[in-house]
Amino acid sequence: MENLKAKGYALRQDVVNMIMSGKGGHIGGDMSVMDILVTLYFDQMNISPENQNDPDRDMFVMSKGHCVEALYAVLAAKGFFSIDEVIEKFSKFGSQFIGHPNNKLPGIEMNSGSLGHGLPVAVGMAIAEKMNKKGARVYVVMGDGELAEGSVWEGAMSATQYNLDNLCAIVDRNRLQISGTTEEVMHQDSVEKRFESFGWNVYSVDGNDPKALKEAFEAAKTVKGKPSLVVANTTKGLGSPVMENKASWHHHVPSAEEYEQIMKDLKEREEAALHE
Amino acid sequence: MNKIHNRQVICDVLIEHAKDDKDIVVLCSDSRGSASLAGFAKTYPEQFVEVGIAEQDLVGISAGLAKCGKKPFAASPASFLSTRSYEQAKVDCAYSNTNVKLIGISSGISYGALGMSHHSAQDLAAMSAIPNMRVYVPSDRHQTRYLIEALLKDEKPAYIRVGRNPVEDVYTEDNCPFEMDKATVVCKGSDVLIVACGEMVKPAFDAAALLAKEGIKATVLDMYCVKPLDKEGILREAKGARAVITVEEHSPFGGLGSMVAQVISANDPKKVINLALPDAPVITGTSQEVFDYYGLNAEGIAKTAAEAIK
Repeated sequence: MENLKAKGYALRQDVVNMIMSGKGGHIGGDMSVMDILVTLYFDQMNISPENQNDPDRDMFVMSKGHCVEALYAVLAAKGFFSIDEVIEKFSKFGSQFIGHPNNKLPGIEMNSGSLGHGLPVAVGMAIAEKMNKKGARVYVVMGDGELAEGSVWEGAMSATQYNLDNLCAIVDRNRLQISGTTEEVMHQDSVEKRFESFGWNVYSVDGNDPKALKEAFEAAKTVKGKPSLVVANTTKGLGSPVMENKASWHHHVPSAEEYEQIMKDLKEREEAALHE
Repeated sequence: MNKIHNRQVICDVLIEHAKDDKDIVVLCSDSRGSASLAGFAKTYPEQFVEVGIAEQDLVGISAGLAKCGKKPFAASPASFLSTRSYEQAKVDCAYSNTNVKLIGISSGISYGALGMSHHSAQDLAAMSAIPNMRVYVPSDRHQTRYLIEALLKDEKPAYIRVGRNPVEDVYTEDNCPFEMDKATVVCKGSDVLIVACGEMVKPAFDAAALLAKEGIKATVLDMYCVKPLDKEGILREAKGARAVITVEEHSPFGGLGSMVAQVISANDPKKVINLALPDAPVITGTSQEVFDYYGLNAEGIAKTAAEAIK
């Protein structure tokens, strides 16, 4: 397994540069979700620029679409487009690289942005893959604040109705949303039990540890007859104390000083991860 | 009187094609009976997906199926499909450009006495306002067949609206002119143009006969393609007419009438009168009773047309 932890810290630097350039972005969630995306794209999913149109490719839906900067960084690292172009054009006038996923770009299957859409869409994909019998798997990443959307639970119900063992949903459980902690805004602490009661197979792991995530994803593949949920317990803003665990950094552009400190911290953590 | 409703025709066409096209998938939200799709579910259970009473899930799942190469037809009462899952129609279907065909059944005021919660008098306006969403309102069973056959051949999202009750034929099996996205001229007359869609086409046609008795010649244009609106057809048929009357089973705002008025006012200004449902919960009754009450019948249309060109 490649050193995915170090890769995550390297790609977080791309994200920060994107947000500085575009003067906007959901930096806190980008930092929490990064290790989930890195593990999926560089260790788990059968998806690349070469096979992006193959019917048997694995499918991915970024339901928490506001963290598109992290997805752009990962897709660029996979070779779908150039990171320099993303950083230069992100959120600028006329740019294709807008603030939510758009499937006019290579590597992006579905447009998202409004929350609560991804799980039903992923259920549809998983039903189709069962019909197609190609063995493809479907992954969808949701935020924890997103779980307040009722459509998530419609999707959760249908996923077990159709025994979708080819579906793996991930919740980026960073415990913060724009107005404060999830527990203050709308409590989610029983998320594991909630999904279990809907008939799902559930894992709860350190969502910023690629090894723990990999283990959960591998285990999910062996489960038959029901969908799996990986509750990825993460730290919002992970990478620098300047932004870690601060609800105010849900959407925030660093000042020049904050930028220097964050980049310094990210480089140090990347370096440390390389020598772990 | 024809006893075959348009929704039954949709089921028949889909069953015919599903035999050879295994990518056709029909989805219902506990609506297979009211959509007349129980026959499909029984014939091709492996190509049928039931989602329960969950319209957002219905449309989201359809989009996911389409993304993986399927050709989903999602049927649910128009009142719920066009509002409860409006955002899924916008984001998952239109914006993501997935090949989802949304079938709004029991549309308009089909559900009569069940009240405004079950009426869809806003769906044409709402769906038309979404970029990349097409809106079709077939008038009779023959046109419905041609429309569904045409929609099976393309790969873009669309909203199709059909009523609950069987409607009288406008066309015949042997004579149903149909060109995709081109309005059908039902009859020709130089004095007044009547543009109608769905269940209003037949009364508009009957109104033309009543007008003829008074010596007024009317063209009736069946605008089953509300979006993309056949602008050329409107302007071609409006040329020389002294007034344009629009007729629709819809709110007076943002539907067929508003769209036709936009085209006429910009290109060939003349009087345009919109006949529609009121901007209010409609009076209790069957569809026909309600149409009669608001003048959405042959007599009412003829009266409006005659007055318009006085």
